[in-house]
Amino acid sequence: MMEPGLYHLLFISAALFFIGVFGFFTRRNLITMLMSIELVLNSVNLNFIAFNKYLWPNRLDGLFFSIFVIAIAAAEAAVAIAIIINLYRSHQSIDVENAEEMKF
Amino acid sequence: MNDLLQIRVLQVLPLGWDLGWALILIPLLPLAGFLLLGLFGRKYLQRSSGILATLLLLSSTVLSLYTAYGYFFEFGKVDGIYQKIIPFQFTWLQFSPGVSIDMGVILDPISVMMLVVVSFISLMVHLYSLAYMKGEERFPTYFAFLGLFTFSMLGLVMSSNIFQMYFFWELVGVSSFLLIGYYYDRPSAVAACKKAFIVTRFADLGFLIGILVLAFYAGTLDFNTLIQRLTSTSAPEFQAAIASSFLGVSALTWALVLVFIGGAGKSAMFPLHIWLPDAMEGPTPVSALIHAATMVVAGVFLVARLFPVFSMSPPALDVVAYTGIFSALFAALIACTQTDIKRVLAYSTMSQIGFMMFALGVSGWGGENGLGFTASMFHLFTHAMFKALLFLGAGSVIHFIHSNEMKDMGGLRKYLPVTHITFLIACLAISGVPPFAGFFSKEEILLAAFNHNPAIYWTALITSGLTAFYMFRLYFSVFWNKEATVHGEHHGEGGFAMMLPLVLLAAGAAFAGFIPFGNFVSTDGKPLESAFHLQFSIAPVLLGLAGIFTAMWLYKKQNDRPASIAASLSGFYKAAYHKFYMDELYLFITKKILFNLIGRPAAWFDKNVVDGMVIGAGNTTQAISEKIKQFQSGKVQQYAIYFLAGVIGLAVLFIYIWK
Repeated sequence: MMEPGLYHLLFISAALFFIGVFGFFTRRNLITMLMSIELVLNSVNLNFIAFNKYLWPNRLDGLFFSIFVIAIAAAEAAVAIAIIINLYRSHQSIDVENAEEMKF
Repeated sequence: MNDLLQIRVLQVLPLGWDLGWALILIPLLPLAGFLLLGLFGRKYLQRSSGILATLLLLSSTVLSLYTAYGYFFEFGKVDGIYQKIIPFQFTWLQFSPGVSIDMGVILDPISVMMLVVVSFISLMVHLYSLAYMKGEERFPTYFAFLGLFTFSMLGLVMSSNIFQMYFFWELVGVSSFLLIGYYYDRPSAVAACKKAFIVTRFADLGFLIGILVLAFYAGTLDFNTLIQRLTSTSAPEFQAAIASSFLGVSALTWALVLVFIGGAGKSAMFPLHIWLPDAMEGPTPVSALIHAATMVVAGVFLVARLFPVFSMSPPALDVVAYTGIFSALFAALIACTQTDIKRVLAYSTMSQIGFMMFALGVSGWGGENGLGFTASMFHLFTHAMFKALLFLGAGSVIHFIHSNEMKDMGGLRKYLPVTHITFLIACLAISGVPPFAGFFSKEEILLAAFNHNPAIYWTALITSGLTAFYMFRLYFSVFWNKEATVHGEHHGEGGFAMMLPLVLLAAGAAFAGFIPFGNFVSTDGKPLESAFHLQFSIAPVLLGLAGIFTAMWLYKKQNDRPASIAASLSGFYKAAYHKFYMDELYLFITKKILFNLIGRPAAWFDKNVVDGMVIGAGNTTQAISEKIKQFQSGKVQQYAIYFLAGVIGLAVLFIYIWK
């Protein structure tokens, strides 16, 4: 069986990224959009780890960065959910199409 | 910095006369009155403002008289010649070495004479206004404006620098504007004050250019230096001013003519006279002060101040002389037909100023030749007395009758005895009947004209006959003619405050002629013996008497002779009655020609090209933003797409293009 290489990981990462972006663009539900963002963030994490492992195996910078990203993602999720709850209180909905008053 | 403010004492005066302070105070006291009454008058000094202003002016007058006495009898004369003294002067604005605007005081016979005239007449008018303007709501404002005017006029006559004079010249214009428009709720007064301001301001443009040309050639703005440099034929400045020419006329003449245009504007010389009759919309005492006795002679004073330079340029003097004599005759003809008492006096003022102007124009320099100069200043002096008196008398009549129209008056001699007598004295004085003041000064003017230019002499002679006629037409129509129609109880002559100035001025109009004026004022400062020629006086006096008797025959009793004469001269009479259509001509030139040929194209250019560019820029911006505002849709996901597109774009840029 073939050992998975850098390119495999990068391919998965890219796939995750674009799935996340696609979800962010097409979904109307804010929770789902938040989940899509998490996918994008995780693709970034995967990138960090893959490069760390295959290019500079004796160093830990990439790992630390991904830990940072995970921590920030958690904080971001908390903030985003707070925003969503507030939006729900004011609009009785969490559909983005219902929240487009801020325009020209 | 210190140099600017330091008062430079140029000449220590002998005999311990501390004139510096007295001289600064003369104009500053009215200015203080202006500030005080202008700022606090309406609130705190409604009643006392008039008394306050009058007292301030009384102090000014006393100081002026003190100065005049000192100058003429104590220290002014050195070796039999009156000196030009500059008690102090400080540099206010330095342009380049030699050219600077200085603020200073100059004392010479004409400025000292004018000091006395201005402060005395102003005092009389203040006193008279106390009663005349009583009960006006803007009483303190009126006195504040009078103070501003007096300050400016006194500053003007004492200016030692031509630019300083220009400042005061404009200030005088502003205060005249304010006072003509005093009754600002009357549209006619508003129109009149605008007209006066615009016409004189237009003329002042000539004055300003003249100043610049003179300063360019003389390299200085100081009167003394300027006169020195432009009168000595060997000076390089004079050579340059004579040598360079434009349209075949030397630069010196151009400069002087331009300066004279400014003077003609202020002094209401033809064709810039149109503002003066309308200026009668102001309160009558103001007309007496500004538009008869003092401000309108500023033009004469200006020419007299620069007279040494004028005398170097005969063409410029000719311009002065012919403008003066033409205005004198022109105004006298109009005055014969007007029915508004103040307008008659306004045209008579214009006519008399014409006399002063052509007297300067026919004068020469030095000794006997300078007779015209002396005569002009003498006439200015006497004219100030009797013209102020005439206006104040007219004020009494208007105050009594509440109308300016002569047809509403008649038979007033019983009701206004003091006014009647003083008015008669003034009329005799202006008609040149001996021994009243006007006789002496007019005689000198005619003599000067006779010696120099017969055409001017004969015209002046006719004009002086006409003067007697229209003045007595006024006198008889107001005080004799029909029986007075006085409705209800009348309030007399307005009390002591109104009669005292009349009596004092009448004394001046009666006796000022006996002052040996030539001893004090002459071109070169040496006393001028004015020989009195009895046989020469016969013609003018007889002509004057003829004018008086004609007026008496026509107007003493009510009859239809004036009407029939007017009918027989219908065309000419109508033209004169309509002031020779000068106003219409001006309206035609400005409205039809200037507005259509210059105003409208300029307006079109402004509206379509200048505005078009600005509006076009605005419209373009608006159209573009209308198109692109859809970008801000409020849809979060769209923004995200733009963001992604931007990121991809940057990525492509950095990876493939910028490498």
